[in-house]
Amino acid sequence: MTTTTAQAAELAEPPGKGEAAIKTEGLRKTYKSSRGNVEAVRGIDLDIPAGEFFGLLGPNGAGKSTTIGMLTTLVAPTGGRAWVAGHDVVAGPVAVKRRIGVVTQNNTLDMQLTVAENLQFRSRFFGLPARVAARRADQLIDAFGLRDRRNAMADQLSGGQARRLLIARALVHQPDVLFLDEPTAGLDPQTRVNLWDILKVLHDQGQTILLTTHYMEEAEALCDRIAVVDHGRVLAEGTLEELKDNAGAVTVVTVRFEGALPADFAERTGLSAHPSVDRAEIEGDQVRVFSTDPEGVLGEVISLGTAQGLNVRDAAQLKPSLETVFLTLTGREYRE
Amino acid sequence: MATTFQSPRGSAGKNGTGRRGKNGAGKNGAPPAAAPSEAPSAEAIAALITNAPEPAPTTLKTFGAMMAREFRVLGRNAISTFMRSVMQPLLFVFVFSYVFPKIGSGFSAGGTAASAGNTSFSTILLPGLMASMFLMQGMFGTTMPLIMEFSWQRTIEDRALAPVPIWVLGLQKITAGAIQAFIGALIVFPIVLLVHAAGQAPSVHVTNWFLFALIMVASSTVTASLGLLLGTVMDPRKIQMVFAIVLLPATMLGCVYYPWSALHSIRWLQILVLINPMVYMSEGLRAVLTPSIGHMPVWAVLLALVGGTIVFATWGVRTFRNRVVA
Ligand SMILES: Nc1ncnc2c1ncn2[C@@H]1O[C@H](COP(=O)(O)OP(=O)(O)O)[C@@H](O)[C@H]1O
Ligand SMILES: [Mg+2]
Repeated sequence: MTTTTAQAAELAEPPGKGEAAIKTEGLRKTYKSSRGNVEAVRGIDLDIPAGEFFGLLGPNGAGKSTTIGMLTTLVAPTGGRAWVAGHDVVAGPVAVKRRIGVVTQNNTLDMQLTVAENLQFRSRFFGLPARVAARRADQLIDAFGLRDRRNAMADQLSGGQARRLLIARALVHQPDVLFLDEPTAGLDPQTRVNLWDILKVLHDQGQTILLTTHYMEEAEALCDRIAVVDHGRVLAEGTLEELKDNAGAVTVVTVRFEGALPADFAERTGLSAHPSVDRAEIEGDQVRVFSTDPEGVLGEVISLGTAQGLNVRDAAQLKPSLETVFLTLTGREYRE
Repeated sequence: MATTFQSPRGSAGKNGTGRRGKNGAGKNGAPPAAAPSEAPSAEAIAALITNAPEPAPTTLKTFGAMMAREFRVLGRNAISTFMRSVMQPLLFVFVFSYVFPKIGSGFSAGGTAASAGNTSFSTILLPGLMASMFLMQGMFGTTMPLIMEFSWQRTIEDRALAPVPIWVLGLQKITAGAIQAFIGALIVFPIVLLVHAAGQAPSVHVTNWFLFALIMVASSTVTASLGLLLGTVMDPRKIQMVFAIVLLPATMLGCVYYPWSALHSIRWLQILVLINPMVYMSEGLRAVLTPSIGHMPVWAVLLALVGGTIVFATWGVRTFRNRVVA
């Protein structure tokens, strides 16, 4: 049988890798096309223990889906290595696929089948006999509140229902690791919160989960640990608290004036020299100040600007959060 | 990290006594009564992990389940599949074996039948129409579903995550397409036998059933393999064009309406059409079904059909893999 490659990979596996549910070393992906190469992932190292709820947070195009694609064997890495549930994703893709459940970003439900059939056939793909598969499907349908839609065709579902069915389908075979690529993108807030509750229960049962999202509050609400990614790299990784601390628990003060600012505004006005100012950046008509001790900084920036004859258009102060972490790391505002 | 549900990890709710009262309302402002079928219950979700059957996939079981899925879908579309398989041969036979012989003897069958001696045109048509059904079903049964699965939502990823190597998935697609092609070609049989004007029945003599079965199977697999290759290399937006430049010429120049031997008077064409797989299907079926008509040697037919299957399947599975795995 063709499990031989999988078995070979199993034997070739270095001992100890099994500890981590997901491990990557310098994982890379460069898409090659006639229109040029896209370096989607540029060397990512992850080490995610079993039972963890891990989040990959980053804006669109950061390389999240590509990373998930490589971990789920649907994208071939162009560099580095990755192991999922102890198996090398390149050498043992079948062994990996047996142990993972995947909710892809796009709706990959089988539109020619009903809700129940989607679950039944997926169960049978994973070797459950038809009768056991039918029972498992009903169990999933009940748990995910899809009883009224049991015999509906998959293309008749609402966005939230489809997403629940996708998650249910990813769980039919009791995967060691559950991958969720932007599972709540495009859902209304109530549906999103319902999905969060489901994921929290799964996590409580010890389910290892890797979730990607571009919603900061989603990563904050769900994840034990978060890796902030952008342009194919991990910018920072840790618990929410660690991320805030490592990025210096920085408050970001932004003041926008009417009209562009001179590039040396911060030096000329003495803003850079202010004891509470760690760093000041000028970008067009706005000043962005990073500060660990933001008391009075906002007022200071405004009065320095006004002293230069500039009128304030608006001002904002962001307390330490994933957003300030992102700003501190990239100097760019987080674009969802 | 603190979570909404306080059940201790691992002691999952086989008996969820009291947990509904504590957690059912959730902390997210949803009242407990809110949409009972919409808001999934925590215990039921937890039980999915604790009360799960142990999966034991093997390549064979997965392959079988995928075939079962194909037949479920085919069954659901049975009427349209059947119409597609029946309409074309039925109309052809009706016009060529019934209408033409009725409206004038010298008009249709005359010219072609002359070269084939005293045989009815339906005798020529039977193998030809079966071959044309092979191609049509192979394309519709393999290429079209693939194009759908590779299109915007890439539903192919669902199947690609099944615990088998991707090449098994490719072979499964070929198998499913081949079975459809086989059935499609069989349907032609009763139609040609039954629909004709008086005295225009095809003369069918199957002497070697094994060879007949072999040619049927090899024709099915060669078209399905070709279907897989086309479905994976083709730009979905150009599907219409490809059908126009593949399906129509292949049929018209596939020795469907005339035996290959009759082409000897146009030598260059007789040689040129040898690149067309249809020719070997038509001629192979002629050899085993209607041997009274001159036909290509069976070894050449088998070489082309079996060789074609191997080449197209290998090539198709490879392009399929490259499409599935980015
Ligand atoms: N199949 C592909 N071919 C070429 N480029 C791709 C492909 N998939 C993604 N990309 C590019 O790779 C980058 C990362 O994409 P992706 O991994 O989808 O990011 P994310 O999921 O974080 O939004 C983007 O620039 C995207 O355009
Ligand atoms: Mg994505």
